[in-house]
Amino acid sequence: MNFFLEVLIGGLLSGVMYALVALGFVMIYKASGVFNFAQGAMVYLAALSVVGCMEKGAPLWLAIILAFAIMTAFGIATEKFVLRKLVNQPPIALFMATIGLAFFIEGLAPMIFGSEPRALELGIVDEPIPWILDNWNMVISKFDLVASGVAAVLVATLALFFQYTRIGRALRAVADDHQAALSIGIPLQHIWAIVWGVAGFVALVAGMMWGARNGVQFALTFTALKALPVLILGGFTSVPGAIVGGLIIGASEKLAEIYIPPVMQDLFGGNFGGIEGWFPYVLALLFLLVRPEGLFGEKHIDRV
Amino acid sequence: MLYREAGQFKTTYAADQQLFPIRQDRIGVLVLLAVAFFGVPLLASEYWFSAILIPFLIFALAALGLNILTGYAGQLSLGSAAFMAVGAYAAYNFQLRIEGMPILLSFICGGLTAAGVGILFGLPSLRIKGFYLAVATLAAQFFIVWCLTKFPWLSNNSSSGVISTQQLIILGYELKTPVEKYLLVLSIVVVLALAAKNLVRSSTGRAWMAVRDMDVAASVIGIKLMPTKLLAFAISSFYCGVAGALYAFCYLGSVEPDGFSLEMSFKILFMIIIGGVGSIMGSFMGAAFILLLPIFLDVALPFLAGIFGLPFSSATVSHIQILVFGALIMFFLIVEPHGLARLWQIAKEKLRLWPFPH
Repeated sequence: MNFFLEVLIGGLLSGVMYALVALGFVMIYKASGVFNFAQGAMVYLAALSVVGCMEKGAPLWLAIILAFAIMTAFGIATEKFVLRKLVNQPPIALFMATIGLAFFIEGLAPMIFGSEPRALELGIVDEPIPWILDNWNMVISKFDLVASGVAAVLVATLALFFQYTRIGRALRAVADDHQAALSIGIPLQHIWAIVWGVAGFVALVAGMMWGARNGVQFALTFTALKALPVLILGGFTSVPGAIVGGLIIGASEKLAEIYIPPVMQDLFGGNFGGIEGWFPYVLALLFLLVRPEGLFGEKHIDRV
Repeated sequence: MLYREAGQFKTTYAADQQLFPIRQDRIGVLVLLAVAFFGVPLLASEYWFSAILIPFLIFALAALGLNILTGYAGQLSLGSAAFMAVGAYAAYNFQLRIEGMPILLSFICGGLTAAGVGILFGLPSLRIKGFYLAVATLAAQFFIVWCLTKFPWLSNNSSSGVISTQQLIILGYELKTPVEKYLLVLSIVVVLALAAKNLVRSSTGRAWMAVRDMDVAASVIGIKLMPTKLLAFAISSFYCGVAGALYAFCYLGSVEPDGFSLEMSFKILFMIIIGGVGSIMGSFMGAAFILLLPIFLDVALPFLAGIFGLPFSSATVSHIQILVFGALIMFFLIVEPHGLARLWQIAKEKLRLWPFPH
């Protein structure tokens, strides 16, 4: 039971990390209806620019500010030079364009900042918390706990920002209905630029967390792939959905990794590790068959 | 002046409905086929066959498969490489386990197996579309590759799922040289491409396009969504499966599941975006472009760097390759969403009028 709880909590905490990436998707999808496949590449770019600036001699806080500036500039440039030109195209074309964007970033970022894997020191160590280890004999990483704290703060900030600021209200209006928002005088393009800036910020936070944990390397781009089932489960348009989806995916994939391979080994023989690689997708797929709009997504009605 | 259909009257329905209605097109296609079948084997070197022509044809076939699904039926798939893997492994197993199985029949069975798997993973398309479906096909990509690695039976108990393909024997004659393999691949690709060309202008193809353009409207006018979509998945996967079998048997000779990676799926997707979504010809153009571009960059970039005296490493070349791919995808989607095939069509339109302005 103890072991089960440990795996469960470890999974939940890593799910928070997925949710961090998924949040970036939700931001952009909500506001502009673009499914931004490049979010993972943006995470990579953000982490790389923090590390790159620190290598040039900037202290951590300055590096973060510089990286934020880079992400914002990048987001605005993307909006201006790619997405604005694709207005009124089918969503699938936009999606494919963001795949292109992802490749573009994955080529550009290492050219500027170097491609070798590097460590990112945030001053948080990835070690078990002694108190829990002593009392309950469970290994819960300090780092994971900090990461979930960061995610909680981020979500709360975003929620407040959306709920109470002028820009937040405009963002929600645009998300609801582009044309109606335009007709009451909300500048659509400014809003989109802001959304890309915010998504860049979310990518920065996610990039720093992931980078500090696994090192800043190309594999960071794959975080996007892990965020996709999270989105499907939680719904593309819901911030709480991203969090809950992340938790479900994180917990279930870790549990599956521990408990399914032995069963399969009994049945077929051989080694069946690595279920983590596909389990979230199959889970999301099965979920789609039952509830296509996700846990918190809005029900979609098609009209001819 | 040469490319003009003036004076070509169609007096029968057969003439009106033929695949290439303009005489010059027919001659062009015949000349192209003649060059491909007879000219190329005389001229090209071994390197050309095994490094460029064979992979080009195989990827063109895979792109054709994806184009049927994405370009005609409008269902985005990110799992084409996985369906290729199914085709390759199924063909291998049919060869291995059934005594005296003709190799071509193995290829077909491999394609059919891929079609079956394609239908399975196409089932969610009945309820979801767009990028939801793209994510669902990612499930296929990861799950299939995992299965091939983990179930030893599928790869005849070899370590980490590597298979070495059997000899290619057709009617007692063994194909060994690259030229012979090239001719085999070429024949299969030509047959399947013509079949696809015919298919997309049949009622099935029109139903696909109706579903692509608006599936609700299509179902209102009486197109059954379920069979139409699943058929698109099946046929697309069949093409990918045959391409996968050819990839294993005629190109590499020995493949592992991880070779059929997500990256390869993306590559095939890029082929149809650049070549032309919803165009048979575009699949070939895109495949040629995507395969030749890295070779071109490999040669051109160090040369350019040499001129400007910039420091240069092979890592930079691969980064620039990725960057150029990404930039080209965005460029084509913005400037010419119908890809190279559309440019070709525009060129033909221009050619019809040339040299007169109107």
